[in-house]
Amino acid sequence: MTINEIKTLLDAQMLCGDDPDCEIQSACGSDMMSDVLAYVKHQAVLLTGLVNPQVIRTAEMMDMRCIVFVRSKQPSPAMVELACESGIAVLATSKRMYEACGILYANGLKGNGELDG
Amino acid sequence: MADALTFHYEVDGGNFTSAGQASVQVKKNLRQLGFDPETIRRVSIAMYEGEINMVIHAGGGVADVTVEDGCIRIVLTDHGPGIADIDKAMEEGFSTARDNIRSLGFGAGMGLPNMKRYTDEMQIDSAVGVGTTITMKVNY
Repeated sequence: MTINEIKTLLDAQMLCGDDPDCEIQSACGSDMMSDVLAYVKHQAVLLTGLVNPQVIRTAEMMDMRCIVFVRSKQPSPAMVELACESGIAVLATSKRMYEACGILYANGLKGNGELDG
Repeated sequence: MADALTFHYEVDGGNFTSAGQASVQVKKNLRQLGFDPETIRRVSIAMYEGEINMVIHAGGGVADVTVEDGCIRIVLTDHGPGIADIDKAMEEGFSTARDNIRSLGFGAGMGLPNMKRYTDEMQIDSAVGVGTTITMKVNY
């Protein structure tokens, strides 16, 4: 699935991202960055309702390619800039976490355990 | 590698917004030095957790990252309150962080266990009222 397809499926707004055709294999959803740092492996998309600069840094540390802010959360311009500098695409959707994750999963985007085998 | 290469950072304790900047810089430096992505990832995650801890609990501190022959050593030093019970602090889910820290996405009691998980060696030297030094090694 590409970042552009995620944008379409979630009816999201793209706030930054210069590689919309980037292929994404898996995703995770969490508002706890500690959990993302603990349990996530090789996940390229983070869905979250948390809005602060540490979301961007966490994604950067985990080598993620895209962050989706759910529940109409809007990151600040400084956060978007930070993401751009790190080459991370930023999307914002009005959908809630459960629904957003469900849509992506139903369309073939896998989670952590399934990739670990 | 003949000479050890060291990067030194001051971690600002009063600013949650800027927390993690040193880890971002380390990641860039290691990338420039040509380290493999998995090593870079392990070092930067462990250091990031440590940096967040220093900001949340200790009012900041200093971080030194040294590229040695065969390993990368990360030393985080603070003059915060110290850790009273290190074994307890290492338990997943145990945290002394305040609720406002949890609302920022941290304080789930995963910081120290994560640092151990992502490194090959980790040592905590801490004295209550004096401060904490954490030394981590990632082999490559």
